[in-house]
Amino acid sequence: MKALKFILTGIFFGIVMTKSEAISWYRIQEMFRFQSFHMFGIIGTAVAIGIIGVYLIKKYKLKDIEGQFIVIPTKDKGWKRALLGGIIFGLGWALTGACPGPMFINVGAGYLVMLLVIFGAVLGTYIYGIVKDKLPH
Amino acid sequence: MAISEFLLAPWPWYFSGFLIACIMFILLFFGRTFGFSSNFRTICAACGAGKKTTFFDFEWKEQRWNLLFLVGSVIGGFVATHFLSTDAALKLSASTIAQLKEVGIAFDGGLNPAQIFSFDFMFSVKGFLILLLGGFLVGFGSRYAGGCTSGHAITGLSSLQIPSLIAVIGFFIGGLVMTYFILPILF
Repeated sequence: MKALKFILTGIFFGIVMTKSEAISWYRIQEMFRFQSFHMFGIIGTAVAIGIIGVYLIKKYKLKDIEGQFIVIPTKDKGWKRALLGGIIFGLGWALTGACPGPMFINVGAGYLVMLLVIFGAVLGTYIYGIVKDKLPH
Repeated sequence: MAISEFLLAPWPWYFSGFLIACIMFILLFFGRTFGFSSNFRTICAACGAGKKTTFFDFEWKEQRWNLLFLVGSVIGGFVATHFLSTDAALKLSASTIAQLKEVGIAFDGGLNPAQIFSFDFMFSVKGFLILLLGGFLVGFGSRYAGGCTSGHAITGLSSLQIPSLIAVIGFFIGGLVMTYFILPILF
């Protein structure tokens, strides 16, 4: 059950992302060309509901199933890494039309070529781990 | 409209956006945080990268839940494609279809262009390099930025974190440069 609940949540995520067409290379291109509200609507709705929910979690000091207060980890404060890393990520996102989740969901959807993209992403993460101390953060 | 008809058609943005927020809350309720790209670091660590590089020297087994989430998402993609979809063509905006045609990428009605996401393309030198490099940029960039779309754009913005806003602005700078300046050269 402990493992199953994460697999089930993942299945739910994969279905939602596929049915909303957020795993589509074409939809990502449409987003970066500002020619449809679709992707902005998805992200905007998720963030708007997210902000309200996170506010309520903090206000009512809600706890998780293990009885711990729900805390959202704070991101590293460095703006250089956020900006530079973000730009590099964006270049890859527009080229492959897939951020990390959709890479894997697309494999399930039958786009096996995404396995090479995933291999590239693992490699990119590995190289970051090696050179990270030489980069501005 | 019958429920089955609604489920089989592409889901509207407000419905999908709501459900993605729910996924973030479900994971928070389970005592975890929504952040997909961390899995790449976990995979590196699980393959033994921690022996040489301190960045990968951590208790990756604590991240097993996220790998399970990953496995689930692959299954979800399969289930949605085979049991919850019709073969109706994607309704892409006409202007995007026209602009992509100018770049040299045809719209074929699928989720992803077969022109790029096919074994024919992957086994060409150019195709191999494009797919590998694209993935590389996503993997390198997400770890450098400290998160991807789920960690920064959804979780980070929901908790009103400034670094996440900067990262999302970065996502768009990179995305626009690729879309308008680099894609036309590559294809």
